[in-house]
Amino acid sequence: MTQLPASTDRQLGLVIDLDTCVGCHACVTSCKGWNTENYGAPLSDQEPYGGDPSGTFLNRIHSYEVQPETGPAQLIHFPKSCLHCEDAPCVPVCPTGASYKRSEDGIVLVNESDCIGCGLCAWACPYGARELDQAEGVMKKCTLCVDRIYNENLPEEDRVPACVRTCPAGARHFGDLSDPESAVSQLVAERGGMDLMPEQGARPANKYLPPRPKDSWEGETDVLAPFLTPVAEEPKGFLGWLDRALEKI
Amino acid sequence: MTVQQPKIDLSPKVSDEVRKTTCYMCACRCGINVHMKDGKVAYIEGNRDHPVNKGVLCAKGAAGIMQHNAPSRLRAPLKRVGPRGSGEFEEISWDEALELAVSWLKPIRDTAPEKLAFFTGRDQSQSFTGFWAQAYGTPNFAAHGGFCSVNMAAGGIYTMGGAFWEFGSPDWDRTKLFMIFGVAEDHDSNPIKMGIGRLKERGARVVGVNPIRTGYNAVADEWIGITPGTDGLFILSLVHCLMKAGKIDLDYLARFTNAPVLLNCDPKSAEYGLILRDEEGKPQVIDRRTGKPAAFDAADVKPDLGGHIRRAGISHVTVMQKMAERYLDAAYSPEVVGPQVGLDPARIRHLAADIARVAFDEAIEIDQPWTDFRGERHEKMIGRPVSFHAMRGISAHSNGFQTARALHVLQILLGSVETPGGFRFKPPYPKPASAHPRPHFMATPGKPLDGPHLGYPQGPADLGLTKDGQPIRIDKAYTWENPLSAHGLMHMVISNAHAGDPYRIDTLFLYMANMAWNSSMNTAAVMQMLTDTDENGDYVIPHIIYSDAYSSETVAYADLVLPDTTYLERHDCISLLDRPISEPEAAADAIRWPVVEPDRDVRGFQSVLVDLGARLGLPGFVNEDGTAKYADYADYIVNHQRKPGIGPLSGWRMGDKGLTSGRGAPNEAQIDSYIKNGGFSVFHIPDEAQFMKPWNMAYQDWAVDLGLYDAPTPYIFELYSEPLRRFQLAAEGHGPHQPPEHLRERLKQTMDPLPVWYPPLSDDREDTEAFPVHALTQRPMAMYHSWGTQNAWLRQIHGRNPLYVPTFWWEKLGLADGDWVRVTSSHGAITVPAAHMAALNRDTVWTWNAIGKRKGAWALDRDAPEATKGFLLNHLIHELLPPKGDGLRWSNSDPITGQAAWFDLRVRLEKADPPAEVQPEFDAIRSPVGTGPAELRWKVGS
Repeated sequence: MTQLPASTDRQLGLVIDLDTCVGCHACVTSCKGWNTENYGAPLSDQEPYGGDPSGTFLNRIHSYEVQPETGPAQLIHFPKSCLHCEDAPCVPVCPTGASYKRSEDGIVLVNESDCIGCGLCAWACPYGARELDQAEGVMKKCTLCVDRIYNENLPEEDRVPACVRTCPAGARHFGDLSDPESAVSQLVAERGGMDLMPEQGARPANKYLPPRPKDSWEGETDVLAPFLTPVAEEPKGFLGWLDRALEKI
Repeated sequence: MTVQQPKIDLSPKVSDEVRKTTCYMCACRCGINVHMKDGKVAYIEGNRDHPVNKGVLCAKGAAGIMQHNAPSRLRAPLKRVGPRGSGEFEEISWDEALELAVSWLKPIRDTAPEKLAFFTGRDQSQSFTGFWAQAYGTPNFAAHGGFCSVNMAAGGIYTMGGAFWEFGSPDWDRTKLFMIFGVAEDHDSNPIKMGIGRLKERGARVVGVNPIRTGYNAVADEWIGITPGTDGLFILSLVHCLMKAGKIDLDYLARFTNAPVLLNCDPKSAEYGLILRDEEGKPQVIDRRTGKPAAFDAADVKPDLGGHIRRAGISHVTVMQKMAERYLDAAYSPEVVGPQVGLDPARIRHLAADIARVAFDEAIEIDQPWTDFRGERHEKMIGRPVSFHAMRGISAHSNGFQTARALHVLQILLGSVETPGGFRFKPPYPKPASAHPRPHFMATPGKPLDGPHLGYPQGPADLGLTKDGQPIRIDKAYTWENPLSAHGLMHMVISNAHAGDPYRIDTLFLYMANMAWNSSMNTAAVMQMLTDTDENGDYVIPHIIYSDAYSSETVAYADLVLPDTTYLERHDCISLLDRPISEPEAAADAIRWPVVEPDRDVRGFQSVLVDLGARLGLPGFVNEDGTAKYADYADYIVNHQRKPGIGPLSGWRMGDKGLTSGRGAPNEAQIDSYIKNGGFSVFHIPDEAQFMKPWNMAYQDWAVDLGLYDAPTPYIFELYSEPLRRFQLAAEGHGPHQPPEHLRERLKQTMDPLPVWYPPLSDDREDTEAFPVHALTQRPMAMYHSWGTQNAWLRQIHGRNPLYVPTFWWEKLGLADGDWVRVTSSHGAITVPAAHMAALNRDTVWTWNAIGKRKGAWALDRDAPEATKGFLLNHLIHELLPPKGDGLRWSNSDPITGQAAWFDLRVRLEKADPPAEVQPEFDAIRSPVGTGPAELRWKVGS
């Protein structure tokens, strides 16, 4: 068994805006690209050109249809990766100590050289956020780009996870969620950021900003009606109005 | 136990070197940083300095490494040795390949250059390929716009001198209400996502108009799930509401549009509906100061929107009056329109009111003085912060041109074009139709064509017809069937060539267009046309040359395959002469350059054309002594001059006093300078010239300096399109150029000079009750046409494409998860997997475009889900409409531009017993490149 740290100095994580995510998968492939080339073993693909292609991804997008009580159905794009939980259930179950949570920043990582690929951590994770790489036989998961965020070979503005850097819609935010003054904490406070499945008790670091209300037009019709008060019903009346209006310009 | 945390390297070396070039995973042309390790491509990310994407990158771009290493890459020139379509080839040398091409191309150039049909697909070098085709002398050249979005481009250019996407964009920083119509999700890829993100950050509202609620429509604050093909009517109903309420920008309309221009109103006149002009040909308005007619652009003139005059016994009234007569009619009221477009009338009214509120109650003022083309100084720039964007969803209908015009007229009525918060042009636009070339057709054996192929006709005299009224072009572009076909009709080339209508050709030369699969209507028949033989056993289309980087379905149908490079191995030029990467704030152009050299015997297609041009002795490609003028495309990019001082790239040219931008002599170090600058060059527009560009003299002068115009070219927007009226007038019997009788009525109806809506033409030819469901495709954000399938990462995201069925039909057919449906159109039937989707127009089904693949193509295994479960709707769509008993076959295209009417498709659905594979099935083709590896563990660094 591996212990979680009693506390962490910081708790880094992602804030993902479900109101803005268009489901483009940019974060998915930029993650795949960076993490194939960097931390640990490459993210492999089996039958990449075959009948049942499958591979290791640390971040995937799911799309869900939601039917509100009134109004048309909605489609929510939901990116999901490791949530770097404060009470990460994947860590204590690891028999070799390969799975651990960093005390300095709260990132949950797998030390691949100690990982035996037993899969207990993936079983323990309530979010399904870990994938066993079929070629390497080790557990892969989001590293929050630990090899980018402190990387002195990168310009400072690039020291963010690859998915955050690439997100075209700006729907992904990175920062210290243990600091109430941080930009991400402020965003969570303003927008009612939510924990995913809080009942699981894992206390995820990553937060999701809920979609804003949509299709609310029916409540606004009376307020807006005066904007369409007719100036004329017929072309002739319209031309008269035109003449009067032009005089005023 | 407490584990000692392992020490990890937090600062690993990222790469040996970053090489900056331009993405080509789709057509958006973002800047990319290619990280190199050991001379190999290790990682690709967005370039933060780039004007298009500012650092971000989409799913396709970030997966570029898997395109670059794709096993489907062609390896060497191929010569067909088996029957066409078999995929049996032998590899040959480049010399042999080019000599073979010359042996076909030289004799026809010397005798009948029109026997070469040269069409390019998703190519971004049309200014170059067009130059080559012009030098060759065939009239038969175009790119793929005819089956893509010519309605959008031409509708915009004829109305206001530019359209959406590369022509211009919403003022993302200032707009407060953004409406997006029918946008395929793959482009304008990153800028729209970035823009929507910025709107959301500011709390601005997004309204999505689309039968399908995915992507941008999924995040829209309001979703209008409109009935396909009715957008034009919906827009004109908004116009009705706004005009009736007087919520239009009168000052803007009077100054900057042809709303005050006077029209001949005498139905008996041969000039009925044409614009009253003075001796100089200038449109006339009534000047409110004098009550007398004056040229629209006279100094200090105050055009009267309600002016009228009798001249030589003929009444003239303004365009504005004509618009009032048309659009105030109750036929455009929400109550009448609502049921036709599938919307609650209150919904239309609400939207119109919301637009009115934002445009006029939340107007923006920028304290930026500017001077207009009449010499009048303005202290402020007034903005109407409502903006619009639209793409194929409205343009790929047979009423798409008029719908695009309707949308532009709506934004012009609001005064929101080229004003703060509205729509803004990107240089070289604004550029009106009248400032574009007219089309040219005259082919002479052994000589170049008499001018550029593609252009913007101003009337019937500009059509491409022989003296006896036959089409000059193989695609029948610029004929009475589709007079304004500004991008040609690539989708008609193969069927016309096969039918010998209007004539037979010798060589079909295609680049980067999958015409034997997802880029053609009626795919199975097209494959047959490509393999058909005549009574002598010869192929009906005698020679087919195809260039592609990858083993696409079309490769199998070529006699000669010229293998192109990947986008990381080539020179390219994203030119101001063509489709540049400008933004509203700046002109910009860019290059691609070989960040890696090919490891195969392949060559960039443009370099191959340079070589072929020299071998054929084409003017512009050889020196006076007959030697080759350019070593390769890079040499052309640097040294070609379209006019003195104007070349493909505008940055780092050689001026009198050193380096300059825009006009200047060639500079041998130009490409190196682009590379040093990240692969692009930006030319900023001065503050005073940022808005009101068509009328702003500071902009006009800046554009002349840069070489975009030869002289200032201010103009007014054409709410009323006189070129359209000229065609309509001809159809009414006036003038020397007369249409064939069978087209008269249609021309009268469709060539309306004010935007009009008519139902999709196919609705008139088939029983809409028998085919009650609309069927559409969308391109996903993570795939680009057929290319994504060969990409190991992207195909894991989109490897299957069910038919998405709305709740109404799902329940009516009693469908359950895993069921299949048979989808039948008036042309054909397919049997495919179905999936339920609630966020859909009630009567619309759809699927992702071009996921379905033919077995054997793209180096995929034969059991790839793309080939067994993936499918195309193309099999349901014919390039001709169903016969209606008049003895004629009518093209399934927009009658104005010839744009392929993909989205007019109607079908009926039945639950089907699941077959083993999607139906119809096609034989496998033999892959010239084998198949890919069983596993990927891609890591180039140690």
